[in-house]
Amino acid sequence: MIIKNGNVVLENGVAKKDILIENGKITKIADEITGVGETLDASGLYVFPGLIDMHVHLREPGFEHKEDIESGSKAAVKGGFTQICCMPNTDPVADNKVVVSYIRNRGKEVGLCKVHPIGAITKGLKGEFLADVGEMKKVGAVAISDDGKTVKSTRLMRLAMEYASGFNIKCLCHCEDADLVDGGVVNEGFNSTLAGLKGIQRAAEDIVIARDIALAESLDVPVHICHVSTHSGVRLIRDAKRAGVKVTAETCPHYFALTDDVIRDFNTNTKVNPPIREEVDKQAILEGLKDGTLDCIVTDHAPHHADDKNVEYNLAAFGISGIETSFSLAITHLYKTGLLTLPEIAQRMSLNPAQILGLEGGKIEEGGVADLMLASLEEEWTVKADELVSKGKNTPFDGCKLTGVVKATIVDGKVVYNA
Amino acid sequence: MLKRKDMLGLIDATADEIYEILETAGNMKKLVKQGIKKLPHLEGCTATILFYENSTRTRTSFELAAKYMGATTINISAGSSSVAKGETLVDTGKTLDAQKNDFIIIRHPMGGAPYLLAKTVKASVLNAGDGMNEHPTQGLLDMLTMKEKFGKIEGLKVAILGDIKHSRVAKSDLFGLKKLGADVRMYAPETLIPKGIDKLGAKLCSSREEAVDGADVVMGLRIQLERQQAGNFPSLAEYADFYGVDDKILSYANPNAIIMHPGPVNRGVELTSAMIDHDNSRIEDQVLSGVAVRMALLFLLQQYRKSLK
Repeated sequence: MIIKNGNVVLENGVAKKDILIENGKITKIADEITGVGETLDASGLYVFPGLIDMHVHLREPGFEHKEDIESGSKAAVKGGFTQICCMPNTDPVADNKVVVSYIRNRGKEVGLCKVHPIGAITKGLKGEFLADVGEMKKVGAVAISDDGKTVKSTRLMRLAMEYASGFNIKCLCHCEDADLVDGGVVNEGFNSTLAGLKGIQRAAEDIVIARDIALAESLDVPVHICHVSTHSGVRLIRDAKRAGVKVTAETCPHYFALTDDVIRDFNTNTKVNPPIREEVDKQAILEGLKDGTLDCIVTDHAPHHADDKNVEYNLAAFGISGIETSFSLAITHLYKTGLLTLPEIAQRMSLNPAQILGLEGGKIEEGGVADLMLASLEEEWTVKADELVSKGKNTPFDGCKLTGVVKATIVDGKVVYNA
Repeated sequence: MLKRKDMLGLIDATADEIYEILETAGNMKKLVKQGIKKLPHLEGCTATILFYENSTRTRTSFELAAKYMGATTINISAGSSSVAKGETLVDTGKTLDAQKNDFIIIRHPMGGAPYLLAKTVKASVLNAGDGMNEHPTQGLLDMLTMKEKFGKIEGLKVAILGDIKHSRVAKSDLFGLKKLGADVRMYAPETLIPKGIDKLGAKLCSSREEAVDGADVVMGLRIQLERQQAGNFPSLAEYADFYGVDDKILSYANPNAIIMHPGPVNRGVELTSAMIDHDNSRIEDQVLSGVAVRMALLFLLQQYRKSLK
């Protein structure tokens, strides 16, 4: 296949190139490639390396009414993603090789994007005993995480990070001091007071970020901080990086696109953990994305059934269905505003996740895997929750007008999504 | 004329709406005082009182108000209904709507619950207190009591002392009083002041004396025992010593100042018994204002419902 006339987002710039794909690989990138066979006209479009989301929830096994691997994969390729990494908080928990294998194989069976399971750090996500890290890695786990929960015991977390480093596999840390959260549901501040909802202090997140950075420094092992939402968390990570700590970090579109003003009408689709915070945090997240403190943009795609959200705010499930809006939010809030260049966006949404987890792909280069995404960066669209492909319609962006539309997604040289 | 389906909070009420409710409530109060407790305005209407939290004062106040106006009333408590069997608020609302209820009066431990209900049902929803969010009828009845004493709200100095953070009363009072031009001062243990309350117009004071200085109204807020157990302050004795109102604190206020409390009072904690039983205490008047305000709201909401038909 030849992709003709696209604006190709390369590591160091954007260039009008043709791309030749043979046997699932990019074999040639040149100003003009002619030949016989299938061609894909990318005139006016941008060609990105396939996006990689290292933090999603696919809900299978156990919660298929919220999402399953097939519906999640369909949503992912519509969002421009060629690889996704799914968190282990399923039922049963992905804390053993059987469940990890099941997820990996089911992903292959669906055959849209590459589905990489993330194994649990502790058995049953209970924070008591290490899961079989080596066994899970052997069958395809790309990282370990107790996402949704913090490993409360600092002693156990230390052992997890130390043990995992021997397998060259990273701990992805959900940072939340549950004792301090104490039933909070939104960011603690003016808006929590206005809505009369119990707040969550930034410190609840920062304390655990600081703890895990301290462990990584002290043990000289890598650590990855999940879904950073606070300005102070960004500062902790920036300082740690400057000091040479092997820390990487991610944030999500809702933290750079929204402030907690959105909670005022009790819309439960704004309920997410960590919570959407204030302008000062949003600005710091943007700054952190710009200066590289925050390595990746992930979605923390957390689809829920309507029944989980059509209840009192306190009772509603935490989480945002985000995989279909992530790219457009990045284009709208990071590229169109002039904050990031297209190569920088590709780095944060593809290359860095690939490098952090040791995945293939992440850039467009000769000899590389043909995981690609074609997008229009001019076209606008209005998010309609009920038109999402994901089973989870829980988006706070319903009705928002965004710029940037994914036109096609290609995995291993095969078109898996075509708008 | 009040043009709204529901009364969920004073956050979005206009000064004109509040004045209209207070004026109507003032008239209702006169009638009730004269012993006229059978009005025809809500005949043929049904009001369901749906309480997910315990309450004596607010529940009976709403029930009497509805009955005085001629409505049929139903009481549902969380413990004694399908709610206890796990029915969602939305489903309960749909059921009550299918039974053609005209009003649903809801109290709920979670902020925003009345908003969810109001979105779901055709009935008019009245918020009788939702979590830490609002208690609009309490805010209105407090303003009625103040207005009847001083003739106006504008320019009044109102000191509110106590657990501001968990108090839906303090918030509804603040919203209403600021809209009518009062000067609202607050004082509480630092652990019980919610973030950003000053941005809503409250003046945060650094002592009781500062809060009460020249005040026309001195209001204590109920302290829940579990707040002490959760560590917000060390003991009730220390609370009373630093945050309670006694005659010494009252002496800083305007000599005509009235003493208020949403009730029920912990005697000797928020207010000394001398304050509760003081000549200028309006705690019992607040209770009567409560019935009047609720009668007025039911009446005005019903007028609007009729105008739509």
